[in-house]
Order: sequence, then C-alpha cells, then structure tokens
Amino acid sequence: MEATTVGRPHPEARTRTRATTRTGPPLGRQVLTWGSVVLIVLFCLFPIYWLLNTSLKSGQDLSSGGVLPPHPTLKNYDSIFSNSAFTKALRNSVIVSFITTTISLIIGSFAAYALARLRFPMKFLLLAVVLSISTFPPIAVAAPLFKLWSDIGLFNAKYGLGLIPPALTFSLPLTIYILTSFFREIPKDLEEAALVDGATRFQAFRKVVLPLAAPGMVTAGLLVFFFAWNEFLFAVTLTSTPDARTVPAAIAFFVGSVKFEEPLGTISAAGITVMIPLVILVLIFQKRIVAGLTAGAVKG
Amino acid sequence: MATAAEAPAVGGARKRSKAYGRAERRLAAMMVAPSVAVIALVAAYPIGYAIWLSLNEYSVRVPGLSRWAGLRNYKNALTDHEFWSAFWTTMGFTVISVTLELILGLAMALAMHSAFKGRGLLRAVVLIPWATITAVTAITWRSIYEPNLGFVPQVLDKIGIGENVLWLGERGYALSVMIVADVWKTAPFMALLLLAGLQVISEDVYEAAKVDGANTWQRFTKITLPLLKPAILVALLFRTLDALRIFDLPAVLTQGANGTNTLSLHAYQQLTQNRLIGLGSALSVITFLIVMTVSFLYIRFVGGNIRTLTEE
Repeated sequence: MEATTVGRPHPEARTRTRATTRTGPPLGRQVLTWGSVVLIVLFCLFPIYWLLNTSLKSGQDLSSGGVLPPHPTLKNYDSIFSNSAFTKALRNSVIVSFITTTISLIIGSFAAYALARLRFPMKFLLLAVVLSISTFPPIAVAAPLFKLWSDIGLFNAKYGLGLIPPALTFSLPLTIYILTSFFREIPKDLEEAALVDGATRFQAFRKVVLPLAAPGMVTAGLLVFFFAWNEFLFAVTLTSTPDARTVPAAIAFFVGSVKFEEPLGTISAAGITVMIPLVILVLIFQKRIVAGLTAGAVKG
Repeated sequence: MATAAEAPAVGGARKRSKAYGRAERRLAAMMVAPSVAVIALVAAYPIGYAIWLSLNEYSVRVPGLSRWAGLRNYKNALTDHEFWSAFWTTMGFTVISVTLELILGLAMALAMHSAFKGRGLLRAVVLIPWATITAVTAITWRSIYEPNLGFVPQVLDKIGIGENVLWLGERGYALSVMIVADVWKTAPFMALLLLAGLQVISEDVYEAAKVDGANTWQRFTKITLPLLKPAILVALLFRTLDALRIFDLPAVLTQGANGTNTLSLHAYQQLTQNRLIGLGSALSVITFLIVMTVSFLYIRFVGGNIRTLTEE
C-alpha cells in the first residue's frame, strides 16, 4: 500500500539518514538532549535525595544542613519503627489499600464488562455520571460522611476500615474507565466461541475475558493502590486515633497543628519509608502505570 | 443498530435474539449494580445530605439542635472575607501551577521524546514524584525550605540574597513553596500524558515539513502544537480539576497559614475546628459547584472517548 512508500524515505534520503546515524545527530542537538535528560533526573530526584539526606542525620548534624550527612545514621529509622503510631499507620494503610484495590477490581470489572460488551440502555449516561463522580471534591461529602459514620459506628473504625467505602467511590470510576477500554480491545470472537460451546455470558467473562485482560487488571489495580495509599482528606476526617489512622493522616499528625512535634529527621525517615514500596512498584510496573495514566488522554 | 450487531452472532433468529436481549439486560443490570450502589451510597446520597446540612443552622450549645436557615449560611459564606481569600488563593494557585506544569511538562515530554536511549529510565524517574504521596511531598519541600538547614535557604544565603526569609512563614513566599511542590509532583504526570500524545504523531509529517524547508521552531508551532492540542486540553482540564480541589498539600505544608488557605481546606477548618456545620457545609457545596463547572467542561471534552467506549 501507499503507507510503505510513505513510511520509507526515498533512496537518497535514506543514505542521508544512515550517514547521520553513524555519527549521531548533530553535536549541539545531542548536548541539548542529554543536558535536558540530566536536568529532568535532577528535578525529579533531588528533592527525594534531600529528604533521604535529612533522614540520615540526627542531633547536631540536623542543624548543619550539608548536602551529605556528615555522620550517616539510621537512628531516625529506629525511632519511627519503635513508634507504634507509625507502625500501626503502615499496617492500616496496607490493609485499606489492599482491600480497596481488591473490591474495586472485582465490582469494577463487572461494571466495565457490562459497559464494554453488553447491550443495555443509558450506557453513555452511566459512564458519564461515573466519571464525573471521580471529579467531585471530596470535601463535599466529608461532613455528611462524618455524621453518618459516627451514627453507624464506622467513625475511627479499627484498621481504617471506615475509609474503604469513600475510597471506593473515587477508585471505582478509575477502575471502570480503564477496564472498559481494555475489555473493548479483546477480540469478540473468543467470547463468542465460548458461548457457542455452551458457556453462559458470565462464564465467558470469567474464563475468557478476565484472563486476557490481566494486564489491564494490573494497571487498574496499581493506580487504585497508589490512589488509596495517598488518600488524605477522609483519612483525617474519619479517624481520630492511631488504631485507625493511615500513613498520610499519621504524617499530618506528626507534623502537628502548629509546629513540628517530631523532629525533622524522624518525619523525613517516615516519608522515605512510606515511599519505598511505591518506588519498587514504579520500577517494576512503569510501563503498565504509564499505560493506565494515558488510557483516557490519548485515544479519540 | 442492535439487530445489525446481533445478526452475525445468532444467524438472524429474531425470536432468540429478543429473548437473549432481555437476559443480556438483566445480566448487565446485575453487573453494574454493585458499583452503582457504592457510588450512590457514598457519593450521591452524602452530596444531597451536604446540601441539606448547608440549609440549616445548628446550635453551638445544644448538640443536635438545628433549625431551617434557608440560604443564610451561603450569605454568610459569600460575605466572609476568609472565603474570598481562600477563593483567590485557590484560583491563583490553580492558574499559576497548572500553567507552569504545562510548560515544564511539555518541555520534559519533548526531551523524553527525543532521547531514545534513556527513555525507559526516564519514564521510571519521572514516575517517582507522581508516586510520592502528597503528605510526603509536603514534608519533602518543608525540609528543602526549612530555615537555615534547608537546601534553598542555604543556597540563597551563599549567593547573598533572600536572607532571613521564612519561606513557609510569610505570605506570598508560602504560596510559592506550595506551587513549587505541586509543580514538582505533577509536571511529570503532565509530561507522560503529553509524551503519549507526541508518540502518536507520525514521523512522516515532520519529514515532509523538513523537506519543505520548515525549521525546528516552525515544525513545533505548526505541527506539534496543533496535533497535540487534544492531549493538552484533556491534561489541562484534568490538572485544573485537581488543583481546584487541593487540600492535602496546604494541610501538611502550612495548615493553610500565611495565605495558603484553599477552598477545601477552609471548608474543612470551619467544619472540624470551628464546628460550624451549616457554614462549613455551605462552603463545601460552593466548592463542589465551582469544581463541577470545570468538570462539566472536562466530561464534555472526553465525551468522545466515553462514546467510543460505550458504543456497540
């Protein structure tokens, strides 16, 4: 087809491209590119490095403020891990994030399958409403949820369990949106073959579509996990003791209402600690995460 | 439309396809129900409740005692100078940080697009600020701007400018730290969205323009920007929605002091610290309405996407 001729430069141009790839692009351009790569890396990582640097200092060193810790020490890490308010917050965050992710994936994948494959009325409206819910400012529901949760005993529920339902309202739209676009890309023939073989629609979904959509499930799961781990407003509104607080609320509480209640070194160590699991996830799953983030933006 | 889609699957057996349609609808309803129930219970119902709360006034002395107040809470909210201060702070924060994020995000996306070798590494690096939880972002930038021992005060001290500025303790300066922190966390996200947009632009267009003698700047303004416009608009609206709702960053960075109080944070403080349920709810509803106006634009813009996702 024409695309092949368009895709390839004509012979003369091709020799030129080859010549330039041998020596690389012009030097000025190369310097510019690599210069900006270095700048980007510095911009993204230096602040985290500074936090790490602060977390490795203690006592006198904290007031020195050098770019390298003069006497690196893990004292601050010792102190946060012996602080039950912090370890409980970590435990609660793990519990809340895992449960939120699991429930989102299960009920979100049902809804996404229906939206992607089944015929029913008012589909467009449903997806539009679901998406607009994800743009709600959470403050709008904070007061009512505080009252409601106090009445039904979910306020300050142990392990932060009371934070799961509000987290779901914001994580479900995300899950549904990502999974709907993933499900649509799975060829229909495979399900139809299963249906012809006598499977019910739900079996076809569970045995054929879900396994094929595994990358999409991983993507949606990761984004929901990050979202739940980060959630702040409900965490500070609907909890009041370390037994229920998640990490973001605990950090806000450490920082205190007027001045640092904990020294800077300890808070920095807490910050670095809660970043580690997320950094590991980013390094392993960067492609999947980017696919999820850009799922909505590029198409169409 | 429905028959056309069904015809090849069931070989035009009309009766069967009709019965099948009903079963399909029932299955669809069952599959959608759990999500709809959660969203209705924890989002839609509380919004209605918030509106109700905002239309009543509450006794400070006797808990639980309330009476109808009509729009009085809204009148109080809109004549309160703290509300307007939070309003303008939020708007200023949104406009400046989203603009900077766009410029920086675009620059980063262009650099990442041209750096073929380091792209995988860059993608991971760029995701780190995005993955940093906002509470940690706030303490990170607190530690960078900490008087005397933070990085910025020290550097400025060496150069000999900005001595004795308490970055988080002074109006204007505090807001600038908040903007820097937000730009750091979200410009990379913007860059990834725009990079995805850049990657779908065909190289051939650039080649053709080169052959026609267009220089780099012309190629950028005449090809890249117009073709990237949809991605830019979606990213802008998306970021604007986030910036208008901002809560966690000022809450941990400054607790809203020194001109960093935002709409969400102001409403939160009225609700929790001052226990003004009526006024706090009115402020929440006002914030909700402001955000939903932008959200409406956003949904209209991604409406094309939604339609493709739901059509048969």
